[in-house]
Amino acid sequence: MNRQSAAKPWLLSAPALTLFLALLLTPLVMTFVLSFNSFNFYGGIKNTHDFGNYLDVLSDSFFYEIFARTFLIALATTVVCVILGVPEAYIMFRMKPFWRSTLFLVILGPLLISVVVRTLGWQILLGNKGLINSGLMNIGLISRPFRMMYSSPGVVIAMTHVMIPFMILAVWASLQRQDPATEQAAESLGAGPLTVFFRVVLPQVIPGILSGSLLVFSMSASAFATPAIIGGRRLKVASTTVYDEFMGTLNWPLGAAIAVILLVSVLIIMLAWNRLMERRYSGAFG
Amino acid sequence: MRRNGLAALLFSTLFVVFMIAPLVVVIGVSFTSTGYLEFPPSEPGLRWFRAILTNPDFIDAALLSLELGVTSATIATVLAVPAALAIGREKFPGRDVLQSLFLSPLMVPTVVLGVGFLRFLTLISMNGTLIGLALCHAVVIFPFILRLSLAAIVGLDQSVEKAAVSLGASSLTVFRRITLPLIMPGVCGGWILAFITSFDELTVSIFIINPSTTTLPVKLFNHITQTTDPLVTSVSTAMILFTVCIMLFVNWLYGLDRLLIGEGSR
Repeated sequence: MNRQSAAKPWLLSAPALTLFLALLLTPLVMTFVLSFNSFNFYGGIKNTHDFGNYLDVLSDSFFYEIFARTFLIALATTVVCVILGVPEAYIMFRMKPFWRSTLFLVILGPLLISVVVRTLGWQILLGNKGLINSGLMNIGLISRPFRMMYSSPGVVIAMTHVMIPFMILAVWASLQRQDPATEQAAESLGAGPLTVFFRVVLPQVIPGILSGSLLVFSMSASAFATPAIIGGRRLKVASTTVYDEFMGTLNWPLGAAIAVILLVSVLIIMLAWNRLMERRYSGAFG
Repeated sequence: MRRNGLAALLFSTLFVVFMIAPLVVVIGVSFTSTGYLEFPPSEPGLRWFRAILTNPDFIDAALLSLELGVTSATIATVLAVPAALAIGREKFPGRDVLQSLFLSPLMVPTVVLGVGFLRFLTLISMNGTLIGLALCHAVVIFPFILRLSLAAIVGLDQSVEKAAVSLGASSLTVFRRITLPLIMPGVCGGWILAFITSFDELTVSIFIINPSTTTLPVKLFNHITQTTDPLVTSVSTAMILFTVCIMLFVNWLYGLDRLLIGEGSR
């Protein structure tokens, strides 16, 4: 390889690399440095370098509660996405092409619509006088409204709506890789539809479920709009706490420390999950 | 393969209801004439659509979001296509690291990106400027364009290019007359996906806007968290309509599943 061709890929990617060095790596390093500074209500940000903010976060049960809630909501959303998304992907996979592409449009379309708009819809549906509560009260199933706005279950319902297309896409990808002959073999040997699904299809799409779960979990743990609107001011998660520290109390160093903890914990979970997947299903990923 | 049973079709129907319910409700409420959110509207009318026209804030925000989406998607495309050519075509040390770096905005929580951009733009006194917003959005949407351009480049038959070279075309001519037209559908798909992502972006923008550069999602978010009048639903209905038009266009141009399938299998 001569000199010119060795430099070519770097010349081609130099403009993009410049953008990423200036506007991705530099801001991330600055956030990291900021998290070691201190803040005084009268003096503003002080250029100190210690672990004060981290000690504040790690020694306060208020922050433990916020992080526990963040990851529990993310976990619950992931579980609901698996329970609803996997069967739906399989049903869609068995449909005729026309219905399949129509359903794709209906289920994937919302991905392109603003999360704020979709969450507004859930706010109208979930309120104490919202459609779900008044509907349930009209048919006499419940006597008092079931509190869903400003509660974790409400956030999980709205977040499932936002995240489930990603799960369906991931499962879809591995459904296309499975061998349809295995299903036919099971059917010809007399297996019912449920047996085929649980004993033949499900084991083959587990890699898709796992990669979809990772995606849904990490996106849910860092989601902002849905917890901010459905959860409101009192039901805080990590991302809304960062926002409040930066825009409300103006304690940027503390906000930066919470952001760094969120980033590091999401990255650790992703790396550990990837390791686990690679060890178990090393052959299944192409 | 056997056909879906009754239970499967029922499940699927309920699932579709779940997916479209919030959108139907938002659209339904926007046609009320009362001053509060009600569904179905008891006195249907266009009162809240006329209210958009008398609310220049929302129109300004929408125009700004359009400008921002077009600018940032174009910046990101101009930078991503050459990078995709390098990553998709050449074998060089550091290629995998480069690719991971370019896809990493998808892995970093958006709130962390927002905080970083705020700190950085404040220090160089560019906070709240349109160009600052556009460059930050370009980083966030870069992975979408890179992925679709890469898919187009890797799937390209190189024999046409070799033929052009053998006939004496310069490498610039080959790129302009052969390569670019062939990868155009993928690049356009990436541009549109990036445009929509920028147009809908809330979490990064909310940190780095100022009152004169408020984008439409931020304006809508602030309005929702402060008051509840049906104005937010009529604005949302307009946004849904706009997105559905783009969606049908993309579906015709490129296929919606092809555009989005990369999102699930990354």
